[in-house]
Amino acid sequence: MSYTKLTREQIARGIAQDIPEGAYVNLGIGMPTLVANHLPKDREIFLHSENGILGMGPAPAPGREDPDLINAGKEPVTLLTGGAYFHHTDSFAMMRGGHIDICVLGAFQVSAGGDLANWHTGGDAIPAVGGAMDLAVGAKNVWVMMEHLTKSGESKIVECCTYPLTGIGVVKRIYTDLAVIEVTPRGLVASRLVPGLTFDELQRLTGVPLLPSGARAAA
Amino acid sequence: MIDKIVPSLEAALTDVRDGSIVLVGGFGGAGVPEELIDALIAQGARNLTIVNNNAGNGEVGIAALLKAGRVRKIVCSYPRQADSHHFQSLYRAGKVELELVPQGTLSERMRAAGAGIGAFYTPTGYGTDLAKGKETRVIDGKHCVLEHPIHGDVALVKAEKGDRWGNLVYRKSARNFGPTMASAAKCTIAQVYEIVELGALDPECIVTPGIFVTRVVKVARRRQLSEQAA
Repeated sequence: MSYTKLTREQIARGIAQDIPEGAYVNLGIGMPTLVANHLPKDREIFLHSENGILGMGPAPAPGREDPDLINAGKEPVTLLTGGAYFHHTDSFAMMRGGHIDICVLGAFQVSAGGDLANWHTGGDAIPAVGGAMDLAVGAKNVWVMMEHLTKSGESKIVECCTYPLTGIGVVKRIYTDLAVIEVTPRGLVASRLVPGLTFDELQRLTGVPLLPSGARAAA
Repeated sequence: MIDKIVPSLEAALTDVRDGSIVLVGGFGGAGVPEELIDALIAQGARNLTIVNNNAGNGEVGIAALLKAGRVRKIVCSYPRQADSHHFQSLYRAGKVELELVPQGTLSERMRAAGAGIGAFYTPTGYGTDLAKGKETRVIDGKHCVLEHPIHGDVALVKAEKGDRWGNLVYRKSARNFGPTMASAAKCTIAQVYEIVELGALDPECIVTPGIFVTRVVKVARRRQLSEQAA
């Protein structure tokens, strides 16, 4: 049987559906920012931005950008009614002090034990970490959003990360373009495989042993 | 009468010396004290350690300070941006030292300096390259890394309004590192767009109380805010 990988927007939609009403959420820069476009309209969800915003709204209309109101990716944003500004130390207290319910981060690799590598590709690249290590250890739930395979077809879910680590044993759930994978004490549990993808095929593509889950709802 | 307002950027920067540790506010383009940085370039201090979230963008601000060869070391969390080419070429040539710090640890190390804390343990960075060589300890079952304060000789911050006692309010996400840096330096210089009479700032809403501020200098707004954005 053939299957089609999810687009980034489809992965983002799946993540957004899993965010409950009232959650305080930080979306990492890059791919995870797409999740904001798919948050269910009937739920109040608080988006946090590391540079001192809670209740962050969408991008402003063209011509209404404010250079003093930007997100972590330095793009112009808006503030929802009821939103708040605060300084960096308070902002990172929210992140490091366990006040953020969910953060969604991109990743180069995630290990079977939930280790995260997402800040540095090593070698002579100039290292830059931003708030990734703070979120990785501080958020109550770390969800990763990434493609299942690298461009050359290698599994990004690995036994041990070969890229420099961001945090140890921090990832709870991985959303890929092929499935959703929970990091549990008994191992990685795969669910929500894309239509047409068998568990055996997913296992063949993935670098570490997976456990099947009962649920196989279409994404 | 206490009056922390100084008439010029030059007068504001008299405490910066060769080798100073300078905390510079801003995150991306928001909250960057551009006029104070330009004045620092003109002032001529060399061999500086700059603490900022980034390592300069484009041709202005910290990027211009780097280009002028005034910076010995950068302490920051995110030096790799598309337009941080001056940092990148100096770093690759070994002409500027980089201390990379997780952003929350960077902020907290300055908070610790301002609050008189000797050092603190945090789980952030444990087991990563950025904790190499640092003391660790298990606290309540969590692995933690010992981090030390960052004391500034000078802090340069951008605020929206200030008064002659040095009380400050900021604007939107331009607040970012300003309040923490103001508390962490021996001498804090705030550039503001508006100087107001004592009592004009609501005491319930003052973000940085004047005790953390040494001097206030007024600058003209470079970019006019669009009516919608104001």
